[in-house]
Order: sequence, then C-alpha cells, then structure tokens
Amino acid sequence: MTGLALLIPVALGLGLAGLFAFFWALRSGQFDDPDGAANRILIDEEVDDRA
Amino acid sequence: MTAIPSGDDFAKHATVLAVPAMHCAGCMSQIERGLGQIAGIDSARVNLSSRLVKVSHSADLDDRDLVLALANIGFEAQVRHSRLDAPVSAVKPLLAPLAVAGFAAMNVMLLSVSVWSGADGSTRGMFHWLSALIAVPAIAYAGQPFFRSAWKALSKRQTNMDVPISIGVIVATGLSLYETAMGGAHAWFDGALMLLTFLLAGRVLDAMMRDKARSGVDALLSQAASGATIIEQDGRVIWSPSGDLKNGMVMRVAAGERLAADGRIVSGNSQFDRSLLTGETTPIIAGKGDDVLAGTLNLGSPVDVIVTHAGEDTTLAEIARLMEASTQNRSRYVRIADRAARLYAPAVHTLSALTVLGWLIAGASLYDALVIGVAVLIITCPCALGLAVPVAQVVASGALMRAGIMVKDGSALERLAKIDRALLDKTGTLTMGKPVPDPDTIAEMDAREAGIALTLASSSSHPLSRALAGALTARGVKAVALQNVTERAGKGVFGEADGQQFALRRPETAEGTAVALETGRPSSRLVKFADRLRPDAVGALAQMDQLGIKTSILSGDNIPAVAQIARETGLSAQAGVSPAEKQEAIGRLREAGYNVLMVGDGLNDGPALAAADASIAPGSASDVGLHAADFVFMQESLVAIPQAIRASRATMRVVKQNFALAIGYNILAVPLAMAGLVTPLIAAIAMSASSLIVVGNSLRLVRAAK
Repeated sequence: MTGLALLIPVALGLGLAGLFAFFWALRSGQFDDPDGAANRILIDEEVDDRA
Repeated sequence: MTAIPSGDDFAKHATVLAVPAMHCAGCMSQIERGLGQIAGIDSARVNLSSRLVKVSHSADLDDRDLVLALANIGFEAQVRHSRLDAPVSAVKPLLAPLAVAGFAAMNVMLLSVSVWSGADGSTRGMFHWLSALIAVPAIAYAGQPFFRSAWKALSKRQTNMDVPISIGVIVATGLSLYETAMGGAHAWFDGALMLLTFLLAGRVLDAMMRDKARSGVDALLSQAASGATIIEQDGRVIWSPSGDLKNGMVMRVAAGERLAADGRIVSGNSQFDRSLLTGETTPIIAGKGDDVLAGTLNLGSPVDVIVTHAGEDTTLAEIARLMEASTQNRSRYVRIADRAARLYAPAVHTLSALTVLGWLIAGASLYDALVIGVAVLIITCPCALGLAVPVAQVVASGALMRAGIMVKDGSALERLAKIDRALLDKTGTLTMGKPVPDPDTIAEMDAREAGIALTLASSSSHPLSRALAGALTARGVKAVALQNVTERAGKGVFGEADGQQFALRRPETAEGTAVALETGRPSSRLVKFADRLRPDAVGALAQMDQLGIKTSILSGDNIPAVAQIARETGLSAQAGVSPAEKQEAIGRLREAGYNVLMVGDGLNDGPALAAADASIAPGSASDVGLHAADFVFMQESLVAIPQAIRASRATMRVVKQNFALAIGYNILAVPLAMAGLVTPLIAAIAMSASSLIVVGNSLRLVRAAK
C-alpha cells in the first residue's frame, strides 16, 4: 500500500510532464512544418560553397 | 511595394512566396542560402510542408525582385496572394484534446487493470476515485469537439454521429461517478476516454489529409498574371498588381508575359498565345486596335495595351464565375462516412433506448437499466466506423502523394472510384501545352549549326527560344562562342563570329509557330514548333480502357489540331468547344447516367472541371484549373490518371471492408451488451481490437499508387 501511494503519484507526474512537454512543443510551433524538420537534419552546414 | 495585406506589422517587410517545386533538403538549403546571400534580404525560412518561403527583407525589394532571385536559384515561385493566406488548419485544435485524451486513457486504464485483476474494498474505491480525478477534467476538455458539434446539431433539431458519442460519454461519466460515490464494482471512465481517443485520432487523420493535399495545391495556385507594368501619363513606369488595374490604364506587356486584364492594343503588334483561355494552340496575330484578353501570353514583341476590362469584368473572371456556379452541383455529394453516420446515429439511439426500456419492463432497477444502456452506447461506439474512412484515405493519399499526385479532398477518392466515362482536354493535358521544336529539323542540323542555334536561343527568354534551347541541350549540343549577341524585341536574337552574321529570327512567312535560323547558308532553316503528346499518353489511355472507362477528347482548339491528336491517340474527339459547351457536354453525359471524369488544365476547362463528378488537372494547369480540380498530378506522364483511378478504387474497396469489419463487430457485440453480459474489460478490448483491425486493413493501401 505504501508502495502504491508513492508509485501512483510518480506515474501520474511523469505522464503529466510528458503532456506538458507536448503542449509546449505545440505552442512553440514545432508541429508547423513536420516535413521540413525531417529534412533539415540532412542539410550539411559545413559545405557552404557547394551550391 | 511588397505588402501582404494582413494585420501584423512584421508583414511590412516580409513576403511569402509559394515554391511548388521544392521537395527535399537540398532544395531547402539552396533556397535559404541563395536568398540569404542577396543584398537586402534579411533572412529566408522555408516551410516544406506547405511549400512556402517566408522572406524578410528591406523595403526596397519588391515581389518581382524576389521571384527573379528565386528563378536565378532555379525555382519557379509565385507571390502568395492574401486571399490564399494561411488556410485554416483543422489539425491543430484537435492535437491538444487528442494528447489529453490519450494520456488520461492510458493512466485510467492502468488503474482499471488493477481493479479488474482483483483489487477490492477500499483499494478499489481509491482507484476509482483516482480514475475519476483524472477522467472528469480530461473528458470535459477532450470531449469538447464532440459536445460542441452535437449541441449544434441538436439545437437545429438534427442528429449527427456526435450526438450518440456525447450522450454515451456524458452518461457513462455520470454513472461512473455515481458508482464510485456508492462504492460500486464498476466504473466506465476508461471506456469513455478510449472512445474519445480513438475518435479524435480518426478526426486528426482526416484533417491532416485535407491540410496536406490543400497546402500543396495552394502553393501551386496563382499562376495567372499577378500584375502588369503600367506606363503613367508622365511616362513613369510602375508595377501594379492586377487588383489595382483600372480601365484606361496603359500596360506594357513584354514578350513572354501574360496579360493581367482585357484590353486593346495601342501600339506595337505581336503574336498571342490564347491556349490557356480557349485551348487554341495556333498563336493569333494582333496589332494596333485589336482586342486582347487577360490570360493570353504575348509571344512576340512588347506591346502597349489600354485596359478595357479589369478585375471582375475580364473574360477570365467570367469563366471563374461559370465555374463557381457548377461547383455547387458537386457539393451536394454526400460522403460515405456521412451517409453511414446518418443511418447509424438513429439506429444506435433506438437500440440503447429499447435496451433500457426492455430491462425496465423485465423488472430491472432504473440504475441497472441505464448501465446496460450505456454499455450498448459504448460498445456500438463508432470508433472503428469513425476510423474506417479517414485512415484508408490518409494512407491512399499518402501513397498517391509519393507518386506525385495530390488529392485535394477526401471525397474526391470516393467520386473518382465510380468513374466510367472520361473526357480529356487536348492542349496541356493530352499534350504538353508547350511548343516543342520539330525533332526532324533538329536532327538535320550539323554540330556547328546546332551550336550556333543553342548560343542564340539560350540568350533569350522568349518561350520559343527557351523551348529550342531545351531541346538542343537535351541532345547534348555544345554551344558555340559568338560575339555581340543581342536580342531585338519582336525581331529575334542576333550574333556574329569571324565576321559572319547569325540570327534566330521571326520568319517572314510562317504557318503556325516557327523561327528562322540563319547560319550563313544561302537559305535560312525554318524550325517549326508544335505541341507534342505527353509521354506515355497512348499507354495511359490503354490502361483507362482496361479499367472500363470510355474516353474521348473535348477540346477548344481548332479542328485540324484536334484531328491530329485524335489520330495519334485513336480517340473520338470534339473540337472548338467553348467553356460553357464543355460544361453542357458533361451535363448531358451525367443525365445519361454516366459518372464523368474531366481532365483538363486551362481556364476554359475550369467550369467543366467543376461540373464533372471528379476532375484531374496537371500541375502546369492554370490557376482556375488547379482550383477546380480534385486531383493534381505533378509528373509529366499521363499514366497518373489510371494510377489515381486504380488507387481510388482500391481505397473504396478497403473502406467497404472497414465498414464490414466495424459493422460485423457490432452485430456480434451488441446482443451481448443488450443482454447485460458485457463487462468493462470486454467492452474496452473489443472496442480497441475493432479499431486496430480497421487501421491494419487500411495500411494495405500503402502500395495503392502503382
């Protein structure tokens, strides 16, 4: 019983943390351009004079 | 001056450009870096999902500078008009409710599993209270999209799919709270939350597919002339957007530019390409005093045109109005999901009401009867039904998108699947809609002649020069160095080498479209230009035939040009058809019981595209064409049409299977629920399983676009 009293709040707290992280990401516009975000990682910053 | 007519002050120095051609990381970095290096441009940020570039820049750069800068980088771009600004996305407002419902459902399920596995007495009570603590606020928040829609329907004395969902969720929550307070054995919080999660997931998918398709097409829109160069009375030359054009203004139309308004030529004479407007491929020659129409392309030399009809009065706008009128015809189409919902909602209500009544008559207490009634409402949850259509459509349109075909509306897949008659426009649809030099003439040229032609053609931006340069480059011709290459408007391109004069000029006598190439030989070589069939056109038509679709040509072009294509493709054809007649032709076929597909690109096809049951346009189509069509294919090959038809038929097969699965599950589960045999555990498992099966079945469509 004491285990539950500790674990349930911890589980809920972690879940809530994830939920808030998601809300933050949503608000800060991270879902505005999913295709772009997926491709941006491929852009090589070093090779500047290639184009 | 650049100004996006929107409220925010950042817009003063920011321009949003649509760049439909970008599709990869390479394009993104090229555009962002290329623009960043230009003086006056502060920064450029690409949004790949919507194919837009937002450029913040100093006030002395205008729209055209930016379009030109992008053209130099190698991308065709259009300034995004205010009327197309940020289409309202239905996804974002649904994401937060989905996240909340999902989070709450998982946690409550965790607690419920403990209860089912034997938690008893005070532990069960505590778990139920904890569940209530999580579920009640979550339901209040995540259920809003359904509650609002249900309320709207009820206040209009109608029902929709959201009404049974809302009643089920609210009654289940209420009864669960009562159970919890009384220390009862069952609570239904998990069921209510799961229901919301699955349904919200279905809606998000549905909205995502609409957004995705629309954003791609939006980026393509607005290809008609966005404005014109105006000569003021004091001789000043200014750029004016087409919305600001007024009758009596004089616009200077350069070679290769499209007219932004109807008008009369006051000086100069030139050839005009009216194919966008009428489908006619032979250029017409017009001089001082002749009328020219908005949307036509000036092929020859610069002319000054006095505006006679601007904005809403142009022939172009007239066609748009014709189109608008026939779109309403199609909006009466009822989507499968809506039809199902219309039947489903009353059936579910009746069933659960009968269950409650039946149990009351059989002597059960009001509470017990209500619990069983709610069980029926929840187990008949339209989760699987709600997912049946959107998941299949999202997967299929994703597959089509990868194949270069954009679906503008989910219902388009349903309509296309039923097609049994197709009408094809000629110019720009069956053919490329661009002049292509006669391949035989090019093959006859020797290396030096071809090299000279390439050097001359590549130093002009005239459409014919560009087409010739493209054809020569494709053959691997090497350019020859020439001196003093100059372009004289309306005459041609001239150059010299070793004291010899060369020219690529307008021929003195020409039938159709042609240029004369002078390379120092006694007689000049005449290079004829003609429109050519799209690649695989014949193969694509054969596939249409296999699909059981009768196809014919419906073109606004003149009889000889259409007859030529009809011979090449073996289709029956109708030539010289006006936009209104095209619309009528479709109306007649529809009355004869056919489901008609219209494939076209031009302004003249707009009304027909809107009137047909389904419509497809190539990516090179006019503004109006793109707007009216349900599908837009980006590749050059015409195979896109049978491909889209096959994919939509496959989608409909899967949708029907999904419905069968969802309904089959209900037929099994409902009697059990009505008999009062369903425990929350069984209800939850059955519900999730039916939804997952539907999703799994829909995933088979990943390879639909083959």
